[in-house]
Amino acid sequence: MIVSTICMILFVLLSSCGHARETTPSSSHTPKISTIVNKGSDTLVNLALAWAEKYQQLYPNVEISVTGGGSGTGIAALINGTVDIANASRQIKPEEIQQAKANGVNPIEFVVARDAIAIIVNPENPVNRLTIQQLSDIYSGKINNWKEVEGNDRIIVRLSRETNSGTHVFFLENVIRLGDPNNKTLFSTDTLLLPSSEGITAETRDNPNVIGYDGLGYVTPDVKVIAVGSKPDGLFVLPSADTVNNGQYPIARDLYMYTNSQPSGAITDYINWIMTPEAQAIVTQLGFVPIEKP
Amino acid sequence: MESTKNLHEYILTRLIKISGYSAIIFVLMIFYFLLREGLPTIGEVSFTNLISLRWYPIENYFGLLPLIGGSLIVTLGAAIFAIPIGICTAVFIAEVAPRWTRDILKPLVEVLGGIPSVVLGFLGILILAPFMRRLLDLPTGLTALAGSILLGGIAIPTIVSVAEDALDSVPRSYRDAALALGATQWQTIWRVTLPAARSGVMTAIMLGIGRAIGETMAVMMVTGNAAVLPIKWNSLFLPVRTMTATIAAEMGEVAKNSTHYHVLFFIGLVLFLISLGINIAASTAVFKQRRRAERILS
Repeated sequence: MIVSTICMILFVLLSSCGHARETTPSSSHTPKISTIVNKGSDTLVNLALAWAEKYQQLYPNVEISVTGGGSGTGIAALINGTVDIANASRQIKPEEIQQAKANGVNPIEFVVARDAIAIIVNPENPVNRLTIQQLSDIYSGKINNWKEVEGNDRIIVRLSRETNSGTHVFFLENVIRLGDPNNKTLFSTDTLLLPSSEGITAETRDNPNVIGYDGLGYVTPDVKVIAVGSKPDGLFVLPSADTVNNGQYPIARDLYMYTNSQPSGAITDYINWIMTPEAQAIVTQLGFVPIEKP
Repeated sequence: MESTKNLHEYILTRLIKISGYSAIIFVLMIFYFLLREGLPTIGEVSFTNLISLRWYPIENYFGLLPLIGGSLIVTLGAAIFAIPIGICTAVFIAEVAPRWTRDILKPLVEVLGGIPSVVLGFLGILILAPFMRRLLDLPTGLTALAGSILLGGIAIPTIVSVAEDALDSVPRSYRDAALALGATQWQTIWRVTLPAARSGVMTAIMLGIGRAIGETMAVMMVTGNAAVLPIKWNSLFLPVRTMTATIAAEMGEVAKNSTHYHVLFFIGLVLFLISLGINIAASTAVFKQRRRAERILS
């Protein structure tokens, strides 16, 4: 009796197992694994990785591979058709669009996040506002004392991120060189290159002589943020999600993703997900500015 | 029985021999690797660029002099701090301190040597640099001096530990003889014990300086990393950028086999040759002195 019951249970178990085994392939077959290859800007790489990680948790049937290499590398890969999505911290150039068209690729642009640089000083520093031109002169070594920009009689100590940081390059091109590609001005040699945001914040918190910059998301409340203006008699704006999104704050840029004209379903889904508040919350965590909610 | 013993003997001597030679093999392999990755620099970067005064690799400025100068001034500063303090501490522990003090001090110094340099760097950035800025009224506390003090602190435990062992191994009869001849304790230490332990003390100094010039993390955190050639009179009180900090900060992001990558290995090669040079100079000096000391003492 007992033996036959055990046999029955075993039989039921086995048959149900067999049944399950039969249905598994067909059930996983319908939403098949789709792979998205994502490459480009080093500025965006951490954000893209965070997005990909989260998205793969939510949708295990999608595999996303993310690599850096620079905006140019990503766009070149898109033109050659080796990636599905190219990340770029700058807009695609007209000659790149031409190359793409020649290869039968039609790049479509998506603004996925924004990046703003805040200028920070010690809370004791009486200076409240600076123009882009003044910032350029300070960092290139033409202005060396705070009294030249309506501050105290103190030597200016310049802080910067290391050269490998995307923020460093953006600051060089858009502030020190005033956005002019023919301008070859460099950082003053005595600029302190600190390896981390924490280093910049710690020194700014403590030292009334310093000026520093960092991604808006890394700014802590114990330092003072400077209002920046494009012209001496124009508007001076403090950076915030609002002023970045409405274009008033001058040291900001859009971050892009480019796809080929006819993206498959999975790619469209992924980019749509990136625009959702859930994905944009990750943007804030990594120190970037989320795009305006529609 | 006899044959197994011989076999054991054979295996053990071979193993010891291999580990002995492996140090040489590793050094040679590292040297070869540095040469292979670093030498392409000579073809890719012009000599005038390499000896220029600007280091800005993302725009192809590869002036190495500010970096070499930065490493030298920080190491020199560290040596000035660490050698007198280290040797005095070693003499105190080995010769002067009573037994119970020695039993406390020696392990404490060794614990100090075990503190990770990144922790010291953190203390440096939060406490030492602000303190130096206020004390000396400097524009910023992130200077070569702050780096020197931290590196000195890192080198001292090495110097104390090795020098104390050397002093300890000087035979008791030397001291007894000196005291019997009417020498004071200080005369005994300065004229007899220290000269007798000279080669060990010299090794201690070399190991300490070696530790200092190769140290990266603490230096990167407190020296400010501004690539300026330190030749002004007040350079010790200004930010500098060392070779080690440059390699550490930039290697992570550099594209393999790019010019920048090769130049970073070239810096590694320069660093290797500098420490090799220091070691050779020191060991020849020790060798000469030892012969002289042995002649006098025998």
